[in-house]
Amino acid sequence: MSSPTVHRAVAHDAARLHVSGRAAYVDDLEAAGRCLHLAFGLSTIARGKIVAMNLDAVKNHGGVQAVLTAADLPFANDVSPSPYPEPLLAVNEVHFLGQPVFLVVANSHRLARQATQLASIEYEEEEPLLDIDAALAANSMFADPLVYRCGDADGAMAAAAHRITGKITTGGQEHFYLEGQVAMATPTEHRGVMVQSSTQHPTEIQHKVADAIGVPMSSVRVEMRRMGGGFGGKESQGNAPACACAIAARLTGLPCRMRYDRDDDMVITGKRHDFRIYYEAGFDDQGRILAVRFVQYVRCGWSLDLSMPVADRAMLHADNAYHIPNMHISSYRLRTNTQSATAFRGFGGPQGMLGIERVLDHVSHFLDADPLCIRQRNFYPSMNSGIRHRTHYGMAVEDFVLDEIVSDLAKDACYSRRRADIRKWNRRNRYFKRGLALTPVKFGISFTLTHLNQAGALVHVYQDGSIHLNHGGTEMGQGLLIKVAQIAADAFGQPLNRVRISAADTEKIPNTSATAASSGTDLNGMAAKIACDEIVRRLKSFLAERHQVKPHNVIFRDGVFRVGTEDYAFCDTVKQAYLNRVSLSSSGHFVTPKLVWDRLKGQGRPFLYFAYGAAVTEVVIDTLTGENRVLRTDIIHDVGRSLNPAIDIGQIEGGFVQGMGWLTTEELAWDSRGMLTTHAPSTYKIPACSDRPRIFNVTLWQRGRNPENTIYRSKAVGEPPLMLANSVLLALSDAVAACGDSGTYPTLDTPATPERILTAIRRVTGEAVGSQA
Amino acid sequence: MIQFNLNGKLQRLSVANPNSTLLDYLREIALLRGTKEGCNEGDCGACTVMVTSNAGGHARHRAVNSCILLLPQLQGKSVCTVEGVSSPEGELHPVQEQMISSHGSQCGFCTPGIIMSLVCAHLNRERDHDLALAGNLCRCTGYAPIITAADKAASQPVPEWFSETTTPELPKLPSTGNDDFFLPEDIDELADWYIENPDARLVAGATDVGLWITKKLMDLEKVCFIGAIPELSRVSGNDRELVVGASVTVEDFGRLTESTHPGMKQLIRRFGSQQVRNSATVGGNIANGSPIGDLSPALIAIGARLVLRRGHQRRWIALEDFFLDYGVQDIEPGEFVEAIRLPLAAPDLRCYKISKRFDQDISAVCGCFNITIADDLVENARIAFGGMAATPSRARTTESALTGRPWTATEVNSAGHHLATDFAPISDMRASAAYRLQIARNLLHKCYLDSSRDGISTVYNLEVAV
Repeated sequence: MSSPTVHRAVAHDAARLHVSGRAAYVDDLEAAGRCLHLAFGLSTIARGKIVAMNLDAVKNHGGVQAVLTAADLPFANDVSPSPYPEPLLAVNEVHFLGQPVFLVVANSHRLARQATQLASIEYEEEEPLLDIDAALAANSMFADPLVYRCGDADGAMAAAAHRITGKITTGGQEHFYLEGQVAMATPTEHRGVMVQSSTQHPTEIQHKVADAIGVPMSSVRVEMRRMGGGFGGKESQGNAPACACAIAARLTGLPCRMRYDRDDDMVITGKRHDFRIYYEAGFDDQGRILAVRFVQYVRCGWSLDLSMPVADRAMLHADNAYHIPNMHISSYRLRTNTQSATAFRGFGGPQGMLGIERVLDHVSHFLDADPLCIRQRNFYPSMNSGIRHRTHYGMAVEDFVLDEIVSDLAKDACYSRRRADIRKWNRRNRYFKRGLALTPVKFGISFTLTHLNQAGALVHVYQDGSIHLNHGGTEMGQGLLIKVAQIAADAFGQPLNRVRISAADTEKIPNTSATAASSGTDLNGMAAKIACDEIVRRLKSFLAERHQVKPHNVIFRDGVFRVGTEDYAFCDTVKQAYLNRVSLSSSGHFVTPKLVWDRLKGQGRPFLYFAYGAAVTEVVIDTLTGENRVLRTDIIHDVGRSLNPAIDIGQIEGGFVQGMGWLTTEELAWDSRGMLTTHAPSTYKIPACSDRPRIFNVTLWQRGRNPENTIYRSKAVGEPPLMLANSVLLALSDAVAACGDSGTYPTLDTPATPERILTAIRRVTGEAVGSQA
Repeated sequence: MIQFNLNGKLQRLSVANPNSTLLDYLREIALLRGTKEGCNEGDCGACTVMVTSNAGGHARHRAVNSCILLLPQLQGKSVCTVEGVSSPEGELHPVQEQMISSHGSQCGFCTPGIIMSLVCAHLNRERDHDLALAGNLCRCTGYAPIITAADKAASQPVPEWFSETTTPELPKLPSTGNDDFFLPEDIDELADWYIENPDARLVAGATDVGLWITKKLMDLEKVCFIGAIPELSRVSGNDRELVVGASVTVEDFGRLTESTHPGMKQLIRRFGSQQVRNSATVGGNIANGSPIGDLSPALIAIGARLVLRRGHQRRWIALEDFFLDYGVQDIEPGEFVEAIRLPLAAPDLRCYKISKRFDQDISAVCGCFNITIADDLVENARIAFGGMAATPSRARTTESALTGRPWTATEVNSAGHHLATDFAPISDMRASAAYRLQIARNLLHKCYLDSSRDGISTVYNLEVAV
């Protein structure tokens, strides 16, 4: 197939605007007239009751127009994306250090921020629950532990020839979208409001804003042209600034805008959930895993937010690529007095997956076997084998291709030769050690909350044949808009520049789902195609009627309608159709098929399909300091039939490096009071340019084709590549293991900072940690 | 009153608030919103612009962070923002073209800053793009396509319209004397004024003071910008020492000492980012008294002395004696750091920086070793650490334990135990106390291992075939 638009490496639609500084983000938009600026006053303790609040000095600060507390809010004080309430402004008590307590409306961003510092708030402090242990001791949970199971884990464990137990702790992760949370609200007629918000979820903003200002959703319009990065951090975290702006705009009658300063952003907003996972695995001499038991402790922070589906997804990915006949997973959703952990690329998948990857690595170490062989031995059966095994939640794995991807990758990246070379090199080098690891990814695609798997699109064809495209998906850099434009251009056989991409807008598409769960293109691309196809169908039937043939005798290809032997160009046909009063506008609505899921039982088919990929990474560590470097990474990733190879490779490279950051340099730290001490890029270190792998080979799997009937047989690509970075952690672990001959497994936790690596080295070399060398 | 060029247009500000950053001016006054605020503390690079100054008749182009650049620092200079990179007809710069064709932008928010860093490197014909981009964070791409773009653009010429960005001589301003800040152009003028105004804040590069404004939200009332004083940017010396003016930027200091003190090279390469080094000054890094400033341990190990000046009186003080306690320096009201005197003889200097990230991170531990060996015995040892105490400090007990002893692994390991006497580090978000102490000891051992070769061995410069 040789479409001039799909399957092509077309540049991002806004690339030219990006490089010339002309791409407008929310804070760049000009307000309609005078504009006020907002800032939150934040709690300075992690847990306690508000005894007294004196905000006189705040009110008297120059340029302050209004100061609001919970008591001043006219309608709903709730920004929660879940049924569990989450106040915009604290009511009587505070639950984490950094919680918004009051809202300042002032003439400038700086004056508003300065004013927030002048509050005098008296608290009756309570002992905050800051970590997993504290929450467990206090039995502080959002719900009863959830258990998913298959087979008989107890029996199989007892019968297994070998058993290991262990624990892995995975750190949280700050999104560090370069553009912080930002919103602007402008009052409109009939008590309505127009909100421009940096959000992955315009409908959620619309819903929360409507409740906050006491109007129906139809009175609130939310527009989102582009975000400066999202990564899940703008799925629910944009609700607060948007609601604050809408409330202040209603109060003052003026446009109001709010952007979090970076430090405020990091202190207020949720991050990736940190986990502690205990594991027990039973296996045979060949390393075939017979039973695994996981206990997943999930630190959810102070409010529920999206923690339930995040924790569910961690359970759903506890098998990764491996068929384990007997599994028992219990999941504890712990409530702590810290930022409310939220969605972050992978949405629990990375943590769940890392649990089983650790198990595989530990088993291989126990058996002194090549971890790749052990992994392959436990893979689900190949798609081509005819054998279908079910996951621990009962879904048949019908599309498994990792056997092929991994063998291609091992060959291309010379896995075996390099493993031998590294072993030799490590014997010769006392102070530096190298490590190598190959890890696979199998990631389930679909929202696990089934009703979210729907999308709408709106397509207009104007009488000159130009095309206006709109859908509910939001652009955060992932290239969604260009991909869907490619689909629309192809549907009409028109050049890409005839398709006008427009901002997500709740007045055009209602009831959208968040652009999340990697589903943006799958859902919105299909909805757009349905809308385009409907217009093409009308044009065909118009021509059929005019030429007195059956509609199926009108052929449409490459932008030309053929009736018998006559050709009619798209533009001419459109013009004629308009003159003959044919509607040239259509909406499209898509619903993902086949999904059946009971999250409490943990049974069904939560996903339409799986996305697959694998990475092999080589690292070197300095055994005197724990410093480390990624020397080389090779990736083969399956995006099905790629809609846009350039965009897809960009997602894979970027996702990998982001995952690498999560597992290495990105460390969140809280002090004993619950203050996040890593609240700025000076102390929180995402990967910089020189951290990328020295050699970085990324290829799309050429045989990739989605067996499910997705848009052009492509596969979702947003989240899965992040987990390719598991290879970095396990390569570091491999290098650490090479330091000792005691047989001690490194049990390297994340993030694997130089300090954690050095500690692990001392563990495997038998030096007591903290002792004097 | 100050004046500067902005994308070729003269900006004349009759009132320039010393607390006003260039970034806020660009976005709120000039309405040039291509330059982005990412962190407001000089750590992400989204706000990068190019500042051109006229140094002795030739133009110098530097990438700097506009979020912590205060307007008075721009007096007489030219600023180019992302809006000023394309030709007046809209033709793109090769860096912009290559960023598009290499798919170097995703969300695009960091892109203007990346364009400016790369355009500046392109103009200066600097080809080490990891270096040029160390201060530009991108959360989307993983950087690989950006480096591809930069490499491709490097072989293309500077467009004609862009090569003409030398600073025109701006007309000399009348000294109005009623500004909200003081901007002396003469060292004696500064010395006299500071005696009269000891409560004023001296600002050189503003990479630290800028954060007082953007993060602590302070409104500084009496500010003196010392960047325009030629004497403070001067470097002189003889065959024994180098005298470096306090306002010499860290970037210039790095170039200056590349041949005289090669042992500092990697440390300075890892100091902040290019944007930070282009603004930050040697004197500022010392005078702010940070326990983790990376220059001080190296300078102490070398045996640097400070020239402190108050009015017309000068005194000289060993750098290690300048730091009294956390945030407390041996400096009198009205006194300022005028210069640093740096002995040239430090052939065996080795500096190690341990941090979570290679580039633009603050040291958990910075260890600097200036150890002279003669006839296999330690003749002289000066060892200084950052991150181990409330101030940058010498490891005096360890130095004594080494001095006069054989330079062997056993002796070095034994001497290393004294580091626990010299230091009682703290635990914080960068590292635990135990790790810091362990690292300090291991760095001494590493220095011993490295003493048989040139330079230092780290994972960052290790050559392995993969």
